[in-house]
Amino acid sequence: MSVLVNKNSKVIVQGFTGNEGTYHATQMIEYGTNVVGGVTPGKGGQTHLDRPVFNTVKEAVEKAGADVSIIFVPPAFAADAIMEAAEAGIKVIVCITEGIPTKDMIQVKEYIADKDCRLIGPNCPGIITADEAKIGIMPGFIFKKGNVGVVSKSGTLTYEAVDQVVKAGLGITTAIGIGGDPIIGTPTKDAVELLMNDPDTHGIIMIGEIGGGMEAEAARWIKEHGTKPVVGFIAGQTAPPGRRMGHAGAIVGGAEDTAAAKMKIMSECGIRVVESPAGIGAAMAEELAKLA
Amino acid sequence: MNIHEYQGKQILKSFGVRIQEGIVADTPEQAVEAAKKLKEDFGSDWVVVKAQIHAGGRGKGGGVKLAKNLDEVKQRASDIIGMQLITPQTGAEGKKVNKVLIAQDVYYPGESETKEFYVSVLLDRSRGRNIIMYSTEGGMDIEEVAEHTPHLIFKEEIDPKVGLQGFQTRKIAFNLGLSGNAFKEMTKFIAALYKAYEATDSSMFEINPVLKTSDDKILAVDAKVNLDDNGLFRHPDYAAMRDTTEEDPTEVEASESNLNYVKLDGNVGCMVNGAGLAMATMDIIKIAGGEPANFLDVGGTANATTVKAAFNIILKDPNVKAILINIFGGIVRCDRVAQGVIDAYKEIGDIRVPIIVRLQGTNAEEAKKLIDESGLKVFSAILLKEAADLVSEVLA
Repeated sequence: MSVLVNKNSKVIVQGFTGNEGTYHATQMIEYGTNVVGGVTPGKGGQTHLDRPVFNTVKEAVEKAGADVSIIFVPPAFAADAIMEAAEAGIKVIVCITEGIPTKDMIQVKEYIADKDCRLIGPNCPGIITADEAKIGIMPGFIFKKGNVGVVSKSGTLTYEAVDQVVKAGLGITTAIGIGGDPIIGTPTKDAVELLMNDPDTHGIIMIGEIGGGMEAEAARWIKEHGTKPVVGFIAGQTAPPGRRMGHAGAIVGGAEDTAAAKMKIMSECGIRVVESPAGIGAAMAEELAKLA
Repeated sequence: MNIHEYQGKQILKSFGVRIQEGIVADTPEQAVEAAKKLKEDFGSDWVVVKAQIHAGGRGKGGGVKLAKNLDEVKQRASDIIGMQLITPQTGAEGKKVNKVLIAQDVYYPGESETKEFYVSVLLDRSRGRNIIMYSTEGGMDIEEVAEHTPHLIFKEEIDPKVGLQGFQTRKIAFNLGLSGNAFKEMTKFIAALYKAYEATDSSMFEINPVLKTSDDKILAVDAKVNLDDNGLFRHPDYAAMRDTTEEDPTEVEASESNLNYVKLDGNVGCMVNGAGLAMATMDIIKIAGGEPANFLDVGGTANATTVKAAFNIILKDPNVKAILINIFGGIVRCDRVAQGVIDAYKEIGDIRVPIIVRLQGTNAEEAKKLIDESGLKVFSAILLKEAADLVSEVLA
């Protein structure tokens, strides 16, 4: 078991024939991901990386049975690509693109609200179920199969945490990079909930950063519904205030915006909070050892 | 992206938002000409001289002054232009004023009392929707209003399906206690303001104060406009409004090399790939007994050129006593980064602070070998914990 994606997922790549799409699709295929084709409007009928190219996502769903899509489309066209995937019936949409205007994402969020799909990202490293499917840009070789689920806003910090987990003798079920933009499809709480309901995941690592209230929301959910140990880390304890958000925004975000405030709330909700990013793997190992 | 008040007002006006009219000036002479023109066009006898810097609280620092005649305009403008303006938002060193906005006096006496309000438009991240936040307590620090009288702050959410509706603008005007012509004016003002916010891809508007004049007009006396960096590709005319003299020169240089850099006050510089890991690296510097001197994300393509640019930027800061390079190689191969570090080090030559290089991920072992065999005064590590210990060691 795992969450969102596994070896049976039928994956398509939107922006398949571009540089980014080609490079990462190749890596995903090497990892063993079941990539069934890709979409590049106007290039339908061609073959790329030994797989069919379709003009539309709808066609890819009908002809190749695609149920998962990964998007490598430039920022100006990415919102459109997400909505096309949602409309075509794709169940899991992973958007890697960084730099999508917030205005576009407000529309996307509204558009997909009543569609039967889950959006991961944008501006994220993707998702990976160890040894089964990599739908993202992460270095596959660091992920060993195991019982720890990871939820993170950040790319390289996820790799750091995963590497520590593996060096501590543990492994990963699914790692979900939720993305760092102000509007994302799957907030921390939803990703934690998915992993909490996965029987193969025995412990969860939750990595956040300054800004927004997602970690506090997730922590409160965990306090109420949590059944597994959660290790948490918040990046940006030393970040200067006010560099990322105007002061009116800080009011809406409330006092739960800073690293210290988030860590306090997480601790109060029963999460094992580590202060040093070097201690994430060891803390998870300790928590899992308590269960044994 | 931040822009000046005068630029923000130009944008608002182009969408039909009524503003306090004004003319920007670089010199006291231009300021006098501007005041004459305002008198001609709007009959404004008095004018306000307003320092144009990217920070709020300008009035508190002496950057906003009333002038009652042309001599005073010249005097005030020459006082303000060139001054180092210190406000609660600039930090202790303040910001140099290069331009002033000569603005019409809108607090003239008349049939009714003037009244100031607060209005902002911004994204509510938790809802993924824009809101209009407003208050009867205009002209004050909104943080203080939020702390002491939170019941005087109202929020109106905009449904992206249909946009801002008439009943919402009426609700806002009613909640602000307006009636008659001022009420109508406010509904128009809010509608135009929101239209401008959407059309410009803005990430925040803060209009404080919004003024009801003594003859019941509603207008923006100040305008803080933040544009969404990600939306600028659609607005080259707004992108051209960027004033790099308002930014830290090192940060500008960094952005030209595609490095995301923020200067801080500590003693340990760092160079990291990825924003999250960069923040985590700053945190580990602190835990190791240092203070981070900067945030620096080299992005997904750390090579000799970017590493060299990053070195040069970090070394400009005289407070830096050590540099920690922390790269987790995914797509980026660690041995390439290591070679970049070695090449940059040799090219710059005179690096007098210890450097700790921690490379993990793709080809990490090869990278460590390259660094160790380079003969340079560089400490290498593979685990983050080891890197932290090395930081403590070199600072001791």
